[in-house]
Amino acid sequence: MKTTLFAALIAGALAFPAVTNASEGPKLPAQKWSFDGPTGHFDRAQMKRGWQVFKSVCAACHSAHQLYYRNLVELGFSEAEAKQIAAGDNVPAGPNEAGETHVDGQPIMRPAQPSDKIAPPYANPAAARAANNGALPPDLSLITKARKGGADYVHAILTGYKEPPAGFQLQAGMNYNEYFAGHQIAMPAPLVEGAITFEDGTNATVDQMAKDVSAFLTWAAEPELEERKRMGIKILAFLLVFTALLFALKRRIWSDVH
Amino acid sequence: MADHTTTAGHGAPHGSHGDEGDSRRDFLVLSTLTVGAVGAGLAAWPFIDTMNPSKDVLALASTEVDLSPISEGQSITVIWRGKPVFIRKRTPGEIAEAKKSLGGDKDPQADDKRTKKPEWLVVVGICTHLGCIPLGQRTGDPKGDYNGWFCPCHGSMYDTSGRIRVGPAPRNLDVPPYEFTGDTAIRIG
Amino acid sequence: MSSEFKNPVIRWIDHRLPVFTMMEHSAVTYPTPKNLNYWWNFGSLAGIVLVVMILSGIFLAMNYTPHTSLAFDSVERIMRDVNYGWLLRYLHMNGASMFFVVVYIHIFRGMYYGSYKDPRELLWIIGVLIFLTMMATAFVGYTLPWGQMSFWGATVITNLFSVVPIVGDYIVQWLWGGFSVDNPTLNRFFALHYLLPFVIFALVALHLVALHQHKSNNPTGVEIKGDRDTIPFHPYYTVKDAFGLGVFLLIYLGFTFFAPNFFGEPDNYVAANPLVTPAHIVPEWYFLPFYAMLRSVPDNFIDAWGILPIIISAKAAGVCIMFGSIILLMFLPWLDTSKVRSANFRPVYKWAFWLFLFNYILLGYIGGQPPEGAMLTIGRVSTFWYFFHLLVVVPFLGKYERTLPLPESISAAVMAKESK
Repeated sequence: MKTTLFAALIAGALAFPAVTNASEGPKLPAQKWSFDGPTGHFDRAQMKRGWQVFKSVCAACHSAHQLYYRNLVELGFSEAEAKQIAAGDNVPAGPNEAGETHVDGQPIMRPAQPSDKIAPPYANPAAARAANNGALPPDLSLITKARKGGADYVHAILTGYKEPPAGFQLQAGMNYNEYFAGHQIAMPAPLVEGAITFEDGTNATVDQMAKDVSAFLTWAAEPELEERKRMGIKILAFLLVFTALLFALKRRIWSDVH
Repeated sequence: MADHTTTAGHGAPHGSHGDEGDSRRDFLVLSTLTVGAVGAGLAAWPFIDTMNPSKDVLALASTEVDLSPISEGQSITVIWRGKPVFIRKRTPGEIAEAKKSLGGDKDPQADDKRTKKPEWLVVVGICTHLGCIPLGQRTGDPKGDYNGWFCPCHGSMYDTSGRIRVGPAPRNLDVPPYEFTGDTAIRIG
Repeated sequence: MSSEFKNPVIRWIDHRLPVFTMMEHSAVTYPTPKNLNYWWNFGSLAGIVLVVMILSGIFLAMNYTPHTSLAFDSVERIMRDVNYGWLLRYLHMNGASMFFVVVYIHIFRGMYYGSYKDPRELLWIIGVLIFLTMMATAFVGYTLPWGQMSFWGATVITNLFSVVPIVGDYIVQWLWGGFSVDNPTLNRFFALHYLLPFVIFALVALHLVALHQHKSNNPTGVEIKGDRDTIPFHPYYTVKDAFGLGVFLLIYLGFTFFAPNFFGEPDNYVAANPLVTPAHIVPEWYFLPFYAMLRSVPDNFIDAWGILPIIISAKAAGVCIMFGSIILLMFLPWLDTSKVRSANFRPVYKWAFWLFLFNYILLGYIGGQPPEGAMLTIGRVSTFWYFFHLLVVVPFLGKYERTLPLPESISAAVMAKESK
């Protein structure tokens, strides 16, 4: 017993530094998410709303490079709907028979297909900077994994726009955000109450939109989450039985060692 | 397991197991081994499955083709699952030629078994002999004696229905699975 | 001997190729001290984790592209599109951390019970070589996903070699295959990451040969004196190791399925960008103690000594201390002159050991903090203590410590424990 305790202690202690890496910045308000916990899952209605927010607000400046239109089927859209959404965007068609990719300086485009990646708002990072006062809107497909706090962080940023406190030196073109490192963020507050009308009739408050799009972005970053947790529970249950059997067998085999 | 009983002299001989509680231990051993074997089997599957076609590959398993720009007597080549597919809008003469017979002796087949609409011929453009790409798609290509396709590798000749007529190829050009999604649109695969 | 097998096919093969006899001797009848506690599970556990890492790694390699413009996306393709790709990737990621947890426990167990002592010096040294190779493997492997931490970790660590006198800059360029960490670097790191695990595998084979020569040490540190002290490896230790494996898998898979990024850094989910350095570059947790030692040498410390700066810079001193801390471990069998192996019978060394372990964990904590203020001071004291323990405390105790009386034999110790 004593030894097991020590083992746990040392394993924990060795892993300790990983957890306590200096966490700077203000504490993020923790939200309740359907995907939290060992039985977490995505709320399909929320996913669809989140996609609507992403598509009509975020996607104007941010790409979601890792996502394909076909992935929308996992959100609860039908294949036909995914195809229709894809067809609404244009992607570069590639060289035509004459070997041209551009005509009159404009790229030759074709409607996107489900097998295409979701079309980015800008052709390249330089174009993105040029259109945003030199700031580069980050790709959002992994944003909840790429920031400490995940969905809580995205939600906090989206709802964290405030008047700067007295005496705060805000640089030109920057915006004050309570939860952004250094509090100066190039992105102006993107969500305005009622800016979009949710198809399912949900009231589009800033908080609601921020929650929905954060949930959507969590799915975008971890589309395997549901399968992972479902599988994990089964496998751990199986292992628990197996380990118990091994423990019984071990006790029995060792019973004659003196 | 080991076929031996050479534990004599060790502090804890095996023998003592055999006397009492034998059946219970056997049951325990058996169930533990069974559960372990099942677990090992299940654990192997994800590893094996990673080598199966992935989602991005499967997403490209079917190809949609708009036929409207193709005029009579014209052929296009599209790529489907990494292979060339010949799509030809046949002329009435070619259709008549194709319907006249069942093709050669090697692989006789009626033309309407090979097409969904008589004017559209859709075949996989790979010679059934050794996998070369037959000529005949572009104007000026040799089309062989039967006005279809000619394989430059070993001289196989295909007719206007893509059937083998002369040469070493054993079969007609394969017809891929496809369906019309509109009057002039098909989905292959 | 081969006639012992009843199965004619096995007997036929074994007569010509005695693999079954070998297996029989090393994993079935192999006489093992009967008093090994659960700390002795971690050796075989490490072997199993190595196999899991190699297997998952091979299947990942089938889907990975070692090119700067494709690597990050190819990893994401594994996570999203490859069947069970996410599972393999998370198994591999968390497996690396688990490998180090298991091996760290294995190493400290060896230190506590004096398993490195005569005649097991080479067994210990091969072990240190395995540890070094593991670190190299983990380091090049961490570069492969080509995230921000991958890129900057590779940049910082390869730059360490610039402290080598005269040819340092040349060596760094040679490591990179260019003028910065770039595509040639990624390519060779991938090749090395595929190679090194098999080097580890070979070293593990040698480790086992050395182990089987003089058999396992045990909690009393008293050598095996006769058959009464041992039990056959199978079924006793096969079942005990299997049970330990079950417990280990519960923890390992618990992380893999429910907190797969617990040991990771969010910045590595941002694709590598040579123009932007993340705010805090932190190595993976298992490198943190060494990272703390690297950063512990102050600039003015050397200036104060006056003569040293001519031959060695603070940066070079840090690098020497870091590598020296591992190399020094190889000399442990000779630094520790105590006749008694197990700390159970060494009342003072026992405390020195726990202090050393605590100090090591503290170093790990410091390594994860920004090198400022109190953290820096504590880091320096801790680094000092690491070396002081190995170079002074251990030799001193070996000479002057008054040890407790040893049991006559392993079986006598077991009897005494049971009669209590």
